[in-house]
Amino acid sequence: MQKDIKRLSLILLFMPFALWIVVLIALPHVGMVILSLQEKIAPRVYQYSLHNYIEFVNEPIYWNTLLRTGSISLLVTVLALLIGFPVAYYIAKIAGFRTRNGLFLLCLIPLWVSDLIRAFGWILLLRETGIVSGLLQWTGILGSPMEFLYNDAAVIVGLVYTVILFMIVPLVSTIDGMDNSMIEAGYNLGGNGFTVLRKIIIPYAMPGIVAGCIVVFMLTAGSYLTPILLGGKNSSWFTEQIYDQFITRYNWESGAAFGFLLLAFTSLVVWLGLKLSGQSLSSTVAKS
Amino acid sequence: MRISTMLAGSLATVLIATIPAQAETLRLMTWGSYAPENIIKLFEEKYPGIEVAVTFSNNEEMIAKLRATGGAGYDLAQPSHDRIYAAQLEYDIYKPMDLSKINTAAMEPSLLAGVKANTTMDGKVYAVPHQWGTSGLMVDKTKAPDLKGWGDLCDPKYKGKTSMRLKRTILLGTAFAMGEDPFAAYADLSKYQEILDKVAVKLIACKDNLKAYWKGGDDLSAMMLSGEIVASETWDSTAYRIFGQNQNVVFVPPSTGALAWIDTFALPRKGKADDAAYKWINFVLQPEIVTMMSASSGAIVAVKGGKDLLPADKKAAVNAAFTDADIANLKFFANIPPGVEDMEGKTLEKIKAATSN
Amino acid sequence: MTSSAEYDLECINVSKHFGSLRAVDDVSLKIPKGSFFSILGPSGCGKTTLMRMIAGFNDATAGDVKIKGKSVLNTPPNKRNVKMVFQHLALFPMMNVYENIAYGLRCNRVNKAETDRRIKDVLERIALPDVANREIHQLSGGQKQRIAIARCMVLDPDVLLLDEPLGALDLKLREAMKIELKLLQHQFNTTFVYITHDQSEALVMSDNVAIMNEGKFEQVGSPQELYHVPKTAFTAGFVGDTNRWSGRVVATDGETVKIETDTGLTLVCKRFGDTAPGDSASVSVFVRPEFIHAAWQATDVDGASGDLVNHMKGTVDSLLFNGANSRVLVRDGSGELIEADVTLTGGSDDIHPGQSVWLNWSQAHTMCFAS
Repeated sequence: MQKDIKRLSLILLFMPFALWIVVLIALPHVGMVILSLQEKIAPRVYQYSLHNYIEFVNEPIYWNTLLRTGSISLLVTVLALLIGFPVAYYIAKIAGFRTRNGLFLLCLIPLWVSDLIRAFGWILLLRETGIVSGLLQWTGILGSPMEFLYNDAAVIVGLVYTVILFMIVPLVSTIDGMDNSMIEAGYNLGGNGFTVLRKIIIPYAMPGIVAGCIVVFMLTAGSYLTPILLGGKNSSWFTEQIYDQFITRYNWESGAAFGFLLLAFTSLVVWLGLKLSGQSLSSTVAKS
Repeated sequence: MRISTMLAGSLATVLIATIPAQAETLRLMTWGSYAPENIIKLFEEKYPGIEVAVTFSNNEEMIAKLRATGGAGYDLAQPSHDRIYAAQLEYDIYKPMDLSKINTAAMEPSLLAGVKANTTMDGKVYAVPHQWGTSGLMVDKTKAPDLKGWGDLCDPKYKGKTSMRLKRTILLGTAFAMGEDPFAAYADLSKYQEILDKVAVKLIACKDNLKAYWKGGDDLSAMMLSGEIVASETWDSTAYRIFGQNQNVVFVPPSTGALAWIDTFALPRKGKADDAAYKWINFVLQPEIVTMMSASSGAIVAVKGGKDLLPADKKAAVNAAFTDADIANLKFFANIPPGVEDMEGKTLEKIKAATSN
Repeated sequence: MTSSAEYDLECINVSKHFGSLRAVDDVSLKIPKGSFFSILGPSGCGKTTLMRMIAGFNDATAGDVKIKGKSVLNTPPNKRNVKMVFQHLALFPMMNVYENIAYGLRCNRVNKAETDRRIKDVLERIALPDVANREIHQLSGGQKQRIAIARCMVLDPDVLLLDEPLGALDLKLREAMKIELKLLQHQFNTTFVYITHDQSEALVMSDNVAIMNEGKFEQVGSPQELYHVPKTAFTAGFVGDTNRWSGRVVATDGETVKIETDTGLTLVCKRFGDTAPGDSASVSVFVRPEFIHAAWQATDVDGASGDLVNHMKGTVDSLLFNGANSRVLVRDGSGELIEADVTLTGGSDDIHPGQSVWLNWSQAHTMCFAS
């Protein structure tokens, strides 16, 4: 009796979690896969086929866009790491307790406004008649207005800005856990600043680095508004492709296939990254 | 087993029947400016039992949402007239309208007839007109006085100073500018594909001439008002709004004719408040509400004398833009047959992915 | 200056100020080659700051630090041949044992073969020849300790600094490691500078100990000197267990000082420290428990300690049985508790709580300091 009650309460406790996983995560994905395997042959008539995937392979525009999205996302990830690491190191090791909270708050501020507002912020700054162009003319560096918007660089800047917090947070938490004496020991045993960084701080922070990179890469590859609004005439983004398939072209089947391909592609990149860095998911994302 | 199903069934019926009796909700899915607060307030005052819940959307999303639920979740939708027929054919998301419940006498007969012709299936009418407007060109007449046609956006004279939205409107406009009739070609999709291919070549070559593709009314307005561009493909309502701030910026119907759309009323197939929906339709067709609606949307309501009911500033903008000949020259979007969206989508992708130089 | 080279480490009037706080205040020390030197003091006394200045992590506000006779003030920490074992060891968790030890050698560009040879050698010397490929988390506390030392010793440092490295270990292991550290120091024959607040660690292992308090050295000497001939009241109170009274001088005669404690006891003391207290000056008096004899009556003579001139009557409050180190707590008339060592044989004549006893001790062991 007692045992049954225990088991029942355990089941009840796990119910919301299990429901959440099954209903909100597993089922939609199964639905997506089934949808992606359908081909429309006439109005309201569908049959199972790999048509949508074959379509993807046969159309260079699609896989070029996917590769482009992937490579820009990788670049954004690297930039976010290069900028985020010193910031995280400063917050975790150098800043005092109060400065530290202030700095964390500063990093959080961009998240208080929506994606859309943030993108418009960048548009105001970077446009031809915008603030950056105006300032550069005022200082005399530029002779005439210059357009900084509508190109890949603007997209990259906007994306790095959006995702950098997700790099900094796991980095701060791992670097923070590092005993200062570890760094001192690195110097004491004869290492210079570079050796200590390369052999001690970075390997120690590796779980945080990998966790941050995974999160940032996934967020970037899956982002929609920033690349659409800041991008130029040629900057296509894979999520835009998916949106177009679903919404503009009413082609849910192919949209589902694209969505699934994006998931598979980003997972593959993450898997490769984990292999190359010698980390595992449980030692990185799960930890931080 | 049978008894319990029946019980459950009748219980559900009772539940469904009792909920609206207490406070009916009209779930309206419409365009951003088509249900302003002041009109909703007046409507709710007149019908205290009805509460209006608005979801703002656009053609594509309206159809996607209704498709996802099989036509449930909303009681009234406002897709454009060319988005009814194919969507109904493919996804069965609307239900026929009872025209006897609508004050069709107030409507502009030609627009009503046009929409009925477009949306009748098996003798049943699926939509009635609400507001109409056009897509055409927006020009700063001090900087580009001789910009007249769709093709002029690609004139090297204005290199880096023009814009367009990379959607189907510009495909159709460009086709007209090249002397084709794309709507006629809807009947022969291989012919339409040929036209699209020609349009794609033209628009890819044009790419270098553009500053950027605009994505929404806000960024288009910003580019135009800041003077970064001198002309663009546009919705007329956006052009009228800018005209209010800068009288040099006017809407120009292209020489081949502005493309006209009619936003309609349609009933989602599983809508639950048809009566309230009819009440809303008749309510917004009243002359004083029409003026308020046009003030908000910038479009002309499809009632008799709708143009005269425009608020003063919008009337000035429309008169500055259209002559009677321009109105006679309007090209109404034709019903999109199944498959055309996919063809157009592919063409747009091709243009986006191409590098112009 | 040539004589300097006899000393592996010298600090000359070193000070470190943090704002108005004098963390280290004008400290000098000389540590001869190959000796085990401890700096003993309560936490916050400045000993860690002093060591960090020697290692180069902090700059001295004033004074000079010399290693093997050469000033290292302008040498960055990674160029000083002073290695350090940190409080929590600071072994690198992402490297295995081999990599941890090889780190320093690689920083010094030692070639692969030589690195292998030296690591094998040092692991043998710490008696852990087979752990090279283990991960750090697979080691026991004592093994980690030895690896941390090996990681430093493989670099052949002039001085090895140890910052309370035994603090994290449990008691039993700490006892064992004390002996082991001493043996390792002998084996490597390198100068060890050991920082601790635990007097027993310092006394057991060191050749010389500096007692540090409030940024200054109170006294430097061998453990026995510090214990038996403290020069200051602080040293007397800090090193070893003592009973303490404060009181006033009643009469002086050379090194003999007669005082009356605040509790009304009259004691004959021996003057310690450099300053002689004047009449009715206030003094602190210390007596170690092992020199106090508990008896059924006041006794004047004891074979070993000579004249037991000081007596006190009290009631046994409690017995602290600890084998050979058993103690008795005696409450005197004023309510103060006095500790005395006793031998408890388990026989019928053992002292029991509640009994009234006499405590007797000699003048020579009654240490009196002017305060």
